[in-house]
Formats: sequence, structure tokens, C-alpha cells
Amino acid sequence: MSILSTQLPAETSVAPTAGMPARRLRLPGPVLFVVRAVATLWTNGKARIGMVVFGCFVLMAVLAPAVAPHSPYSTDYPPYLGPSGAHWFGTTGNGEDVFSQFLYGARVSLLVGLAAGLGATAVAAVLGLIAGYRPGVIDHLLSFVTNIALVLPGIPLMLILAAYFSSHSVWTIVLVVTLTAWATGARVIRSQAISLRTRDFVSSATFSGERLGRVVFREILPNMTSLVAANFLAAATAAVTAEASLEFLGLGNPATISWGTILYHAQQQNALLTGQWMMIFAPGLAIALLIMSLTLINFGVDALSNPRLREKS
Amino acid sequence: MSGPLLSARSVDVVYEPARGLRIWSVRDVDLDLAEGEFVGLVGESGCGKSTLGYALTRMLRPPARLTGGRIEFAGVDIAYLSGEQLRQQRRDGFALVLQSGMNALNPVRCVEHHFGDVLRAHARAGENWSRAKVRQRGADLLDKVKLPSDVLRRYPHELSGGMRQRVAIALALALQPRLIVFDEPTTALDVVVQRAVMETIQELQRANGFTALLISHDLGVVLEATDRVLVMYAGRIVEDQPAGDLLTGAHHPYTEALLRCYADPRADEVTLGGIAGSPPDLSLDEPGCPFTPRCPEAEDVCRQLDPPLEPLGRGAAACHVRARLATKGAAHAG
Amino acid sequence: MPAEVKPLTLDHVTKTFRTRGRGRVTAVDDVSFTIEPGAAVALVGASGSGKSTIAGLVTGAQRPTAGTVTYGDTVVDRLRAGGLRRYHHDVQIVFQDPYGALNPLHTVGYTIARPCRNFLGMSARETDQRVRQLLEQVGLTPAAQFAPKLPHQLSGGQRQRVVIARALACNPGLVVADEPVSMLDVSLRAGVLRLLADLRESRGLSLLYITHDLLSARVVTDQILVLHDGRVVESGGTKQVLQHPTDPYTVRLLDAIPNPFAA
Repeated sequence: MSILSTQLPAETSVAPTAGMPARRLRLPGPVLFVVRAVATLWTNGKARIGMVVFGCFVLMAVLAPAVAPHSPYSTDYPPYLGPSGAHWFGTTGNGEDVFSQFLYGARVSLLVGLAAGLGATAVAAVLGLIAGYRPGVIDHLLSFVTNIALVLPGIPLMLILAAYFSSHSVWTIVLVVTLTAWATGARVIRSQAISLRTRDFVSSATFSGERLGRVVFREILPNMTSLVAANFLAAATAAVTAEASLEFLGLGNPATISWGTILYHAQQQNALLTGQWMMIFAPGLAIALLIMSLTLINFGVDALSNPRLREKS
Repeated sequence: MSGPLLSARSVDVVYEPARGLRIWSVRDVDLDLAEGEFVGLVGESGCGKSTLGYALTRMLRPPARLTGGRIEFAGVDIAYLSGEQLRQQRRDGFALVLQSGMNALNPVRCVEHHFGDVLRAHARAGENWSRAKVRQRGADLLDKVKLPSDVLRRYPHELSGGMRQRVAIALALALQPRLIVFDEPTTALDVVVQRAVMETIQELQRANGFTALLISHDLGVVLEATDRVLVMYAGRIVEDQPAGDLLTGAHHPYTEALLRCYADPRADEVTLGGIAGSPPDLSLDEPGCPFTPRCPEAEDVCRQLDPPLEPLGRGAAACHVRARLATKGAAHAG
Repeated sequence: MPAEVKPLTLDHVTKTFRTRGRGRVTAVDDVSFTIEPGAAVALVGASGSGKSTIAGLVTGAQRPTAGTVTYGDTVVDRLRAGGLRRYHHDVQIVFQDPYGALNPLHTVGYTIARPCRNFLGMSARETDQRVRQLLEQVGLTPAAQFAPKLPHQLSGGQRQRVVIARALACNPGLVVADEPVSMLDVSLRAGVLRLLADLRESRGLSLLYITHDLLSARVVTDQILVLHDGRVVESGGTKQVLQHPTDPYTVRLLDAIPNPFAA
């Protein structure tokens, strides 16, 4: 018996090498990952717009000290002024410049949004991966805890926690949001981990001698990047809204400068009646745009785990 | 009736995904199916055979689209029918048995419900399908596919793969179609069950006289079961011969090469052939014969002109070189 | 050449599963056989016959309910995490589905490099070289062009070659091939099978070829075991068994394959 074939030359490549070109640059792992992720997101039109808008907000936050015409804390200015040449967004009842506050306010909103988003996603990812990859008692336990966290109503829990914590700093808010937002993500990540665990390429990794840590972080997790990224964006969106809401309700620290506190003061000072409509309009619009940018970025997230979607048509 | 039951001319199917390139899945296919014929459609992955089967039974879904040609079923052009008119053609017209006929069954409904669904959806005016009548007809149909009537009460997950496929076939028979297209009916089944299901299909075809089109990648199955075989490559039909003739000698180089990939494992000497290279990129619209890069007999004309499907042997083949050799041969003989 | 190819022995191995609804299912029932060093043995049977379970038992992914699995001196069924990891250096697997066996996010080069790094302790440069060598051996040339590719850029046949390259990267003594060509087009099978056969010969390793396809079993292996409902019903030389089957199930299996080519 033999295997005969009509000329079997070596396989010649059919598809041209599209996608990522070979880079000679040796960047550290995590940096390379972020660079690649950003490049992938950039290929999607909607995500690109979202990234640009988000980038503007980041610039605003970073350059606030340089760009703001006045100190956001100084109360030296005439109060209750409407928008004018000297004060683009007018002044507050305490004589603070609204425009400067608005610029500095971006810092808190972004900080809380990203930190709480990261926090909630990190907790969800760790718990979800552990529960999904190791079936048995651990999985049952974690699922039980997750289910309880899911059942508790988010907003009331958030309000109670915020009111309960004696220190009302920004980090309290980050903590509160993280505690209320991790459960949904954990559930979803667990399901995905379970479905990936049985795939041949995961078994193959084990056969290739990879240890547990590498299998989870280099084989399974990268295939969940899209899911985790989508989760992060959702959590960040929730965090931005939550922060603004808590501040607006007075459950934060009125002394901090954030879009939420501007709205809080606007309400306290009846800004609409006194003609400071920018005090409401500016932070409100900014929050909406920030959330919109995150949502737009979400459109490009599928390509992170599916290389097929990266190539343009 | 005179003339073929199904007659397709110049059928073109294009696959247009939202992201990505346009792909010509089926190109310029002409095909005739006579009443009572059992025809096989053979080809490897990506050749367009399933797409063609779906096109002929009007089951194409976006992003696949029928872009050209005529498909006449019993004299009626069904290519551009829709809605109620199309449904009428399906009743005692044509039916399709899917590859995972098993997955075509609704997992939360019992088998009897499926029969009721089909019978009532296509009921003629005045026909009343009561539960008793559905049960009766269901039992008859199940009997035809060699299943006991208690299967009516079962749910799909309670049945084995082979049984589910038989139920799918019984459902296809429910409306007494004149044409049934089987898309890889046994591929997902165990090899022993495969044999049993194929035998049942053959018996049914003989007993009921419907025209059957068997789509498969397995040349062995097709050669055993069918009267006539169509070979597809890169969206085109490259050969059309009676099954017996194909065994003794193919007329198209691709078919020949494909036949060399099969052998009898019981023979004293077994050689297994293969075909080097891979099928062409269907997103490119290039002239000439698609098999040229892999064909040992290719000539310049093959790269330039699409070979037409012309009479060769007792059937037809689309090859410039072979056609020329045949006419030379005929000239010498005559 | 691998360090030393050892015999693989299954001794009265039984594996039962507890399932929901159907009680205990015996997937493998008192199976015993030995694969001598360098032999190519086929394990054929229909689906549900227990072949994949045996693959799992041989590779250590599953533990038998009774009986032992030994590779040379190593008792496979008693291995724990670390030992199992070392065992994979000797016993590798080629999966059936070329589309699922490769991580869609890793390049071909990365996938083949991992076993080299993990088992052979090679440096980055040595690994690169070895990856190139392996790609050439499996016919994916020019290697430099294939190494940076992602799985979705390759055809099914090319992917399966990558899977084979990865399995051979660490110089195993035994390769378990679980239906390696059943998901490939017929015209591509000879190429991949020829590759398996050639590599096996040149490296002297043992092959356990699991399939329901008797033709490829005939072409690749010298010995055959026919499995039915978890039991070995027939065994012997491949050609011998296929030409003169004695067990009724083997006869049924042979009759079931469509064979218009028989005389």
C-alpha cells in the first residue's frame, strides 16, 4: 500500500499577508497590546469617531491647568454672571468661573469613569474566569455570590453605600460603583470562559506544555478581549453616570470640582432662573458626549477578538 | 409531461457580505432534471453545490443572491416568484432536506407538531387537518421512512441522529413533492447509519417516483446511489455523466483527479491520490477554466476562454482540451 | 530522533461515565492492546464506539475507571499535573478540527514555538530556527511567509499541517491522530496523510490513528483494531483484517462504506 499523488509540491501561500505587518520594534508586552488594540479599533469608522471625541475629553482633562483662564476654586469673581467675554460660561453663585470648573471637572469624570470601569471589569474578569475555568465547588460558590449581587438593586444600593461611607471623596464613589457594577460582567465572562475551555486550542495549549496561568491569560483571555472590552465600556458608562448622579444628589463631596457638582450647585443656586444656563448645559452635554464616545468605541470592539473583522474590504 | 421537470439556465449566484469581498458562488449553470431521475451533484468545499441546491429550491438568504438566469419548474419560472405564489409551488412541487436535517427540527416541539405545521401551512382550500388526520398522515409518512408511529410523540433530542434525519425526510415527503433536493443528508451521520439512510432514500425514490437531487462531497455515495452525476468546481458544472460511465472513465481532468482520491480499501494494492494546489479565489472574476492552475493538461486557451459545457461521451464536460481530442478522434474514426 | 520511543500499553482498561438521564454509560469496556515502538496502529469504529475516549485515556486527559495505561515505565493514569505536563513531551495529539485546534489570535510561528520553549528549553533564536525547520518539513514553504500568519488566513489543509508541526515540535515518541483528515476535502487528504506517514518513518515514532474511514486507515497503518460499543472486536494486520474480516461488526462496517470502486 502506498500513497501516490499527482505532484505534491509544498503548499504555496494563497492569501496575501494582510492585517498586521511584521514589526521589528520590540515593545514591552502590555504596551504592544494596547497599541495593537487601538490600531484595531481605529479600523472601524464609528469607533474612530468615538476615540476622537474621547481623546478630546482626555486632552481637556490633561491640559486644564494650561487652558483654564482662571483657577476653578477662586471665588474672586462677580457672582451670578451669565456667559460673557471674560467668563465664557458665566460665574456661579459663589463667584467661581464656570468654564474653568468645567475644564477641571473633566478630570474627575474621566477618572471615576475609567477607574470604576476598570475596577468593576477586573473583578468581573477574575471571578468570571475562575468560575468558568474550574468547574465544581469554586464555581458554585462564586456563582452564588454573583447571583446575589445581581439581585440587589443597583441604584438604591449605591445611594445607601454612598450615604453610609463617612468620607465623601472621589474614591468612595469609585468604590461604590465598582461594588455595584461587577456582577453582570462576571456572569457573562463565566459563560464565555466555559465555552472556550472546551475548545481544542485550549487543550492544545496544555499539550504544548503551557501552565495554567498561561493558558488562562494567553489563550482564553485574549479570546475574550471583545467581551471584556465591551464590559469595560459599559461599566465606564455606568460609572460616569453614577458619579454625576451621586454628586448631583449631594451624596458626593460638594467641594470637589466635577461635572456632577457643577450640576449640583446649579440646582442649589437655581441657575436657570439667574441666567446661568451654561452651568446646566455644559456639564450635561459633556456627560452625554462622553458616554456617546464610549458607546461608539464599543462598535469596534468585536474586531479585537476576531481577527477576520480587522481586514478592510 | 414532456420536457424536464426542472430546467435551469444561466443561473448565477453572488454572495455579498456586508464586510468583505463579493464572491461568485455559482456561475452560469445550466441544468435539467427529468421526472423520476436520481441525480447527484458532487464537489468539494466551496464549489457552490449547496448554494446551487438552495438557489434551485428558492431557499437562498441574503447575503446570497440569485443574480441571473431562469429556473423553470414544470414550466413555471420560479426564479423570481415570491410569497403566496412560491408557497403554492412548494406544495406538491419541490422540497428540500437540509444537511443537518436534525437541526431543522424545532427542539421544543414534538414530531407530530412538525407534521401538523407543514400540512396545515400548505393546506388547500377546504382541507381540514384535524389532529387525528395529522396523526394518521404522520404515521404513514414515518412508516415510509421505516420509523414506528410512536416517534410522533417524541421530541428531537430523544431521537438518534439517524432517526432525526429520517423524520426530516418524512417531512419533505409530506406534501408529495415532485422534486426533493437532499443537501448532504448523511454527512453528519455515523458510517453505518449513513448506509441505512441512503438505502431508504433510494427505496423511496424508486417507490414514489419523485425526482431527487443528491448533493454531496462524497463521490462514492453519489456514484452508488444515483443515475446521473454532475460535478461542480469553482461554481461551475464541469462534468455531467451517467454514474456508471463516470466510474469507468471521466472526461474532465478534475473528475479524473477526484476519482483517484478514492479507492477500495480491500484491494491488494491501494494508492490514494490527491490534487495539488487549491481552488481559485472566487472573489476574482477571471476568464478561462478555473481548474487551469492545477490541471496537468492545461493549455493557453484554458487560461483565456471559459470552456463551455459541451456534449462529450454520453453526457457533457467543460474542457477545451478533451473536447478537441474527442472531435479529432471522431474525425479519424468517421 | 526522539529520545526513546517506548511501547504504549492498555491493560484491561474500562471507562464508565455517569450521565444525566441514562445512568452509567460504559464508553470503553475491558480494552487491552500494545503499540510497539515505531508501529502505526489504526483504531476504527463508528461514532460512540469509544475511540475518542481511548484517545483521551492514552493522552492522559481522562483516567480509566479500571485498568492501567502505561507508556514505557510511566503509569499514565496516575500522573498528576506536573507529571502529565512532562508526559506531553512524549505523547502528542493531532486533533480532528483544523478550525478549532488553533488559537485564532496567535500566529502560526507562536503556536509552533510554544512546545519548543516549554519542552526543549530553547532560546528565542533557537526556537525561531526550529519553527522554520518544522514549517518546511510539513510543506509550508517559504517558512518565513507562513510563520507570521494567523489561522484564518490559511486553508483547512494548511491549518492541519500547522497542527501536525506543533505536535511534532517537541519530538514526541507517540502521536495520537484523532480523525486528522476527516474534516478535509478528499483531494487534500493524500497530502496530509503522506506527510504523517513520511514524518513517522523518518522519526521512527509510533502512531495511533483513530478514524472511521477505512481507506485512510489502510493507507497509513500496519495494524488495526476494530472497536464496537467500547470493545475491541477484531485486531490484526490492516490489510489482512480488511480483506478477510472475521467479526460480524467488522463485516458490517466494511459493507457500510460506499464502495462503487470494488470490482
